[in-house]
Amino acid sequence: MQAFWRDATEFLPILMSGVALTVIVTIGSLLLSTALGLVWALMRVSGIGVFSGFSAGLINVIRGIPIIVLLFYLYFVMPELGLTLTALQAAILGLGIAYSAYQAENFRAGIEAIDKGQIEAAQAIGMGWWQTMRRVVLPQAVKIVLPPYGNIMIMMLKDSSQASTITVAELALQGKLIASSTFKNTSVFTLVALMYLTMSIPLILLVRHFEKRGDQK
Amino acid sequence: MIELTNVHKSFGKVEVLKGITASVEKGEVVCVIGPSGSGKSTILRCINGLESYDRGDILVEGARVDRSAPSIVAIRTQVSMVFQRFNLFPHRTALENVVEGPLYVKKEPRAEALERGRALLAQVGLAEKSDSYPPQLSGGQQQRVAIARALAMQPKAILFDEPTSALDPELVGDVLSVMRKLADDGMTMVVVTHEMGFAGDVADRVLFIDGGVIVEQGPAKSVLNQPQHARTQDFLRRVLHPL
Ligand SMILES: Nc1ncnc2c1ncn2[C@@H]1O[C@H](COP(=O)(O)OP(=O)(O)OP(=O)(O)O)[C@@H](O)[C@H]1O
Ligand SMILES: [Mg+2]
Repeated sequence: MQAFWRDATEFLPILMSGVALTVIVTIGSLLLSTALGLVWALMRVSGIGVFSGFSAGLINVIRGIPIIVLLFYLYFVMPELGLTLTALQAAILGLGIAYSAYQAENFRAGIEAIDKGQIEAAQAIGMGWWQTMRRVVLPQAVKIVLPPYGNIMIMMLKDSSQASTITVAELALQGKLIASSTFKNTSVFTLVALMYLTMSIPLILLVRHFEKRGDQK
Repeated sequence: MIELTNVHKSFGKVEVLKGITASVEKGEVVCVIGPSGSGKSTILRCINGLESYDRGDILVEGARVDRSAPSIVAIRTQVSMVFQRFNLFPHRTALENVVEGPLYVKKEPRAEALERGRALLAQVGLAEKSDSYPPQLSGGQQQRVAIARALAMQPKAILFDEPTSALDPELVGDVLSVMRKLADDGMTMVVVTHEMGFAGDVADRVLFIDGGVIVEQGPAKSVLNQPQHARTQDFLRRVLHPL
């Protein structure tokens, strides 16, 4: 135990730089996946055949490709096609695209849960499609969408470790590097696991809060 | 001010409106009666473009109703709709529901819209409920908020689709008396209803619809008291003496 604490104080500063990248990758891809997911979801419910067909197809393609393959594609193949990305950019883009499919399905479920009668009432007072979305559907859908959204955040935090496969020195990769140079596997990976857990706990509490608030309604 | 000429409408292969021709004059109250599934709601929904129609013409103050044309917004602000299940926005208070259209569709000044909104809630007897959310209100109160919301658009006509059918019997009267006051004040109204008492007292004219056609129409008293058609007679007998 004492050995663990000694290792911990020694490795923590290096691991913290990994944490910083983990947070950057997670927040970056969270924002991107939220924006893209909202676009796919709105296209899906637009009632315009081309849009909803395109969005449905795209979501299935994205869901059918492993995240790691998507990352390899962006980082190793895109340069051959003339688009060079830094590892960090590729990681955020790849995770953002991969998760946009899940975000879209979540948003769509939330939007479709809103009573059609309210949408007709909005139309009947002269609101257009976008105004109906903004003033009537989305404010209510948010409440339905939040608990699953929190779960997606937790999954994204953990999946940000996949960025290590394209050399982003985030928490998991920093851990692996330290472990392979010091052979202190137990201390290092225990520490890494605890740090992921520490970051997840606030999110888990947030989901619980969303769920409780949802139940009260 | 509302004119339907030979309106046809099908859902898939089923034709639900088979050539409806009717008109509603300014200030008139027209009740639409008929058995379930006869196409009453569909007629109202076509008039304000919630539903498209396949053939014929619907004109509101001379403008053709076309739900895919930009002109539909102007028509919807002139012809309000009150729904069977109220369809209030549950995340907004009664007052916010009422001023939603004036503020965000008609872009009226805020103070003005709020003042009129409060006055309308008072008019339907709900002045003290303006800050309540719809789930906190009874069905009858919700429907009266919905009527205030329709009035807030300062419409030239209001379409009511069975406004009391979803209400507990003891709440029906409050809603009907609000509607009766509107009729007395000269509002143009098209009311789909099973309340034959209301139709007899308030309506200028009654249309009886069955199977997507207008079987009989005329002054309320004569259609309800001396129906000419066997189908009308049969329908009224079943509504008035269900047992
Ligand atoms: N969106 C729809 N898709 C398919 N069929 C529909 C649709 N809306 C209505 N219908 C059908 O059209 C017919 C007329 O419906 P409508 O709602 O106008 O009848 P109604 O006279 O209002 O009946 P009720 O008294 O039960 O409200 C019914 O047979 C109904 O099943
Ligand atoms: Mg109906």
